[in-house]
Amino acid sequence: MTGPAGSPTDSAGEVEAAVVAAFHSDWGRVVATLIRVTGDWDLAEECAQDAFARALERWPRDGVPRNPAAWLTTTARNRALDRLRRAATGAAKLEEVAVISGPDASGEGDDRGFDDSGVEDDRLRLIFTCCHPALSRDAQVALTLRTLAGLTTPEIARAFLVPESTMAQRLVRAKHKIRNAGIPYRVPPAYLLPERTGAVLAVLYLLFNEGYSATTGAELVRVGLCAEAIRLARTLAGLMPDEPEAIGLLALLLLTDARRAARVDDAGDLVPLEEQDRTRWDADSIAEGLDLLDAALRRREPGPYQVQAAIAACHAAAGEAGATDWVEIAALYRELVRMVPSPVVELNRAVAVGMADGAEAGLRLVDGLEESGALAGYHLLSATRADLLRRLGRRAEAAAAYRVALGLASTDAERRYLARRLSQSAESG
Amino acid sequence: MRYILLICEDEKAAQASSPAEGEAMMGEYMKFGEEMTKRGVLKGGERLHPTSDATTVQVRDREVLTSDGPFAETKEQIGGFYLVDAKDLDEAIEIAAKIPGARFGTIEVRPIWEM
Repeated sequence: MTGPAGSPTDSAGEVEAAVVAAFHSDWGRVVATLIRVTGDWDLAEECAQDAFARALERWPRDGVPRNPAAWLTTTARNRALDRLRRAATGAAKLEEVAVISGPDASGEGDDRGFDDSGVEDDRLRLIFTCCHPALSRDAQVALTLRTLAGLTTPEIARAFLVPESTMAQRLVRAKHKIRNAGIPYRVPPAYLLPERTGAVLAVLYLLFNEGYSATTGAELVRVGLCAEAIRLARTLAGLMPDEPEAIGLLALLLLTDARRAARVDDAGDLVPLEEQDRTRWDADSIAEGLDLLDAALRRREPGPYQVQAAIAACHAAAGEAGATDWVEIAALYRELVRMVPSPVVELNRAVAVGMADGAEAGLRLVDGLEESGALAGYHLLSATRADLLRRLGRRAEAAAAYRVALGLASTDAERRYLARRLSQSAESG
Repeated sequence: MRYILLICEDEKAAQASSPAEGEAMMGEYMKFGEEMTKRGVLKGGERLHPTSDATTVQVRDREVLTSDGPFAETKEQIGGFYLVDAKDLDEAIEIAAKIPGARFGTIEVRPIWEM
């Protein structure tokens, strides 16, 4: 979301842009490597911060280095070395830090002969450690944003609508637990990988959705979460080229994010998919998402993220709402329900069936869900029922269901949308 | 790192099991103990009498207050523990998952506060 704090000089516009770019692409690398060599999360973050501040000072004078990541890592490592020396902590720690500095440990920002083999592994280590199942989901998300994406504690607090002190405490507790409980800093062995990878993907997906659900200006800070989630998913997909679900997740995020501009109107109201101006969808994101999805599906190891990406791809491929292949989407939802049984996925399937096989068929599925009671109090259950009833011309019942949904909706944008539907169903029909 | 693995189970359910079931369970615990001893991670462990045999002791204003029963009424009670020396939390979790009681109750993995 932001670069490191600094006071750029007037001539430093381009250089500052280079530092911000380096911050987005390299912050996680620098911190990940520093954690590995010092074993100290706070020290790693502080020294990374110092290195970026130093870049703002030095790059305008010396030029942007050929390999910014190497320059930053070396600078941060030297800073850590200094701090550890001054604190006179154990000699073993010092030796370890010296090891990665190679033959020339003295020169700050020397990127010649820097061996960055293992650096990619460090970021993967960091992702898996942040998302260790012994940490709460809240802690996993906060740690990932702080250490990998480089967001500040106040930024993360704002994004999750909690007081700064709460977020600060959450981060401190999580780091204490990593140290005290002996959570290993590593990529899990093969037998743990499927389960642990699932946790990493879930964290990135949650991050994206937090950002995507934000619609109004006041929530703009949350929108940045989408960009962070995509950046991190891109990193993960690059680090795990043999994991089709990681690629599937990136495809899903890109295909969903492509609709952002068309999703909210000028008044900040949600525009439903069928009413969106599809010329405003981001064609580049869609093209990249479709390519990634193809590459993932070719591996023939389907998973829930690939299926969801395939559903998003069906929407992306339809030039107008009427051209949507709902039969295919309904089939994909059936597959998704099989993989990850959940009443919310069932509800989405009911919507798709309502489009593919008619509102009557959709309503039958919604009735079944309502009887199960699993989604009691969920406004989208009532809203879906209302939409299906409206399409069947059952106006009074539709209006009643919209009123129920209206009473349950939690955001203003959703309430405005439902109120509009309610008045429409009263007029037409 | 050293961890204590607290075995928390509904002791009423355990008491309700038949002698044959109890014996089978005992056999499983013996096997677990042998396996972990051979692996070199087991540093100790005991089975505890049920909470009906527990006594709580507190000192308030230099007065010793003693009462019958456990510290708190909970759905699951500590029925035993192991002390293990594991490489990291992942190994401790892996060991905890092999404790027979993990299939019915809950294992709480607590790192030892090393001085």
